[in-house]
Amino acid sequence: MANGLEFRTCPITGKKVFAATQNLIWINAVTAVVFILIGGIMALLIGLTRWPAVHLLSADLFYRFLTAHGLNMLVFWIVFFEIAGLYFGSSVLLNSRLAAPKVAWLAYILMLVGAVLVDVMVFTGKATVMFSSYVPLQADPLYYLGIILFAVGALIGCGIFFGTLAIAKAEKTYEGSVPLVTFGLSAAAIIAVFTLACGAIIYIPTLLWSLGLITNLDPGVYRLIFWGFGHSSQQINVTAMVSVWYLLGALTVGAKPVNEKICRFAFLLYILFINLASEHHLLTDPTLSPAHKMFNTSYFMYMAVLASMIHALAIPMAVEVAQRKKGYTKGLFEWLSKAPWGEPGFPALIFSLFIFGFIGGITGVVYGTEQLSIKTHNTWAMTGHFHGTVVGGTTLAFMGLTYYVIPLIFRREIIGKKLATLQPYIFAIGIILIALGMGGAGTLGSPRRHWDITFADAVIPYSFDPAVLFFTTIAAIGALVAVAGGVIYVLVSVLSVFFGRKMAPNEAKIL
Amino acid sequence: MPITSPEKYWWKPADKEEKLWITIALLWCLVLTIMMPLMHVIGTQNPSVNPMKIKIEDYRKMSDAFIEKYKVGEEAGIPIVEPPDGADVYLRGQVWTWTPILKLKKGVNYKFHISSVDLMHGFSLMPLNMNFQVVPGHDNILNMTPTSAGTFHILCNEFCGINHHTMIGKIIVS
Repeated sequence: MANGLEFRTCPITGKKVFAATQNLIWINAVTAVVFILIGGIMALLIGLTRWPAVHLLSADLFYRFLTAHGLNMLVFWIVFFEIAGLYFGSSVLLNSRLAAPKVAWLAYILMLVGAVLVDVMVFTGKATVMFSSYVPLQADPLYYLGIILFAVGALIGCGIFFGTLAIAKAEKTYEGSVPLVTFGLSAAAIIAVFTLACGAIIYIPTLLWSLGLITNLDPGVYRLIFWGFGHSSQQINVTAMVSVWYLLGALTVGAKPVNEKICRFAFLLYILFINLASEHHLLTDPTLSPAHKMFNTSYFMYMAVLASMIHALAIPMAVEVAQRKKGYTKGLFEWLSKAPWGEPGFPALIFSLFIFGFIGGITGVVYGTEQLSIKTHNTWAMTGHFHGTVVGGTTLAFMGLTYYVIPLIFRREIIGKKLATLQPYIFAIGIILIALGMGGAGTLGSPRRHWDITFADAVIPYSFDPAVLFFTTIAAIGALVAVAGGVIYVLVSVLSVFFGRKMAPNEAKIL
Repeated sequence: MPITSPEKYWWKPADKEEKLWITIALLWCLVLTIMMPLMHVIGTQNPSVNPMKIKIEDYRKMSDAFIEKYKVGEEAGIPIVEPPDGADVYLRGQVWTWTPILKLKKGVNYKFHISSVDLMHGFSLMPLNMNFQVVPGHDNILNMTPTSAGTFHILCNEFCGINHHTMIGKIIVS
């Protein structure tokens, strides 16, 4: 393990990169890629099963793999990447040593053990309970223990982030305010603390219940607190993703926020209001009163939407200003047409913004109303919504960032630059098809988490409008395309990290 | 740059374009906020009955009594029940059936009590595509009036175990 004070200076940004930080970013990011690989294989298999023309897996394996897909993608891949991001955003961006690197390694080990435990339970069929693991459907106690270990590890990771902020401030490693990306990541980490607290509040009693130590665990209360964890963790992703958008804007075109006050204010709105939105999961539940539901759907939730609207202006605006300064001033859109479309970070940024906003975000706000929640609750349209947000948005942004992390932090040259450039395009097309296909089928009532939408084994027969099959096929084709994009991502990043040419200490080249 | 500390005084007023955008977005957010309670009242589309807690065993008894009282037949082992006009209707989710099959009349209001006696289920009325969460220990009370005749199906859209995809119920409206 490297000495906590050993560092190198980045030849491009002039930032100090501490060896301890670099190693921790490396291990967390590489582990994230391993989990996206597992989740991606599951995506392919369940995608081919949902498609009635192929209907690949048995029901047992389908439900197991669907559980695994959700957990590996939504939790393990993203959170490992985010922890790497938090260490980058604090230690590297603030030129500071990382607080307690040994504790950060402990956090990593806890997360890894938790994730492996969960995966073993799910793959051996002892925890076919889906990502949401609603009680009274019971999993093996080790499954809940795995989730708790993972969450505790992630919480320690957030603590390391806050500790590093404190050290940087005390040791005056930067002047004035923290950079915007660090500010945004701080918002994400604050939301993460609330989220993980909800996780602890619900998973500890659930573990005790699975061990038989508690008998009365109210399923309605479980749903309420679980979604304080389950949806709020997606709010962490949103906030981290927006921070990455600002970062990608800077790395690709040198975009500088036009007004720091407005951007920071928008992050503040996320901290204050975004978690209220989590309760929309309960809009069709028999637990909240009509008045409560009405209050939840109006109330301050739209203040979080306002924050996203502000970022939706600020980021393209920053890109436009940066491009116009470079002399791309012809007409309304030369700044966009002359943008670095041939470099992976830029299309990743633009597609992530577009898919998150126009597919994930809009469907989210619309389905979050009570009437339309009745039309879409538990249908495939919901699955379409969060593939727009968390896959088309967060995952694509993180993929784009990876192509810069490898040369900048890991000092390896990217292998297969052309493939890397094509990757965001392929992935984005796949995700758009998936989200639209799922949205179309779901709007017609096709359920989520369902092995056979032809209902071949049902006692009472039912068949859908044929349009459902059409939309399902679109989603399945989208899944194949997105998986191809995912394969390229994993290949390029793994090959580059392990076999890419080691860059010279003063080599100032990104791609 | 967003990766470096901003200049010392970054607390600057917004530009005209930014102010315009934020104002429009804020106004729209306020419109949406007002629309929620407004559409609850004038749209009358939202369920407006307070849900209740109910012991699983109590619900099972009430639902059994309901089936016994109004049973008119059987299909594939599932009882067919025809409740009188305006009756309280019990629809029970249980792995992996919706019990009973209901025969209802067009234009008559029924008070539905939907709950589960085991796991979580999802009530999905097709082809209308109306979806409600079914939670054991809680009574989802919905006032429903069938407005068209025909056969409607209830899918389960909450994962409830290995045969979840076979869980289909039926409502016949005449």
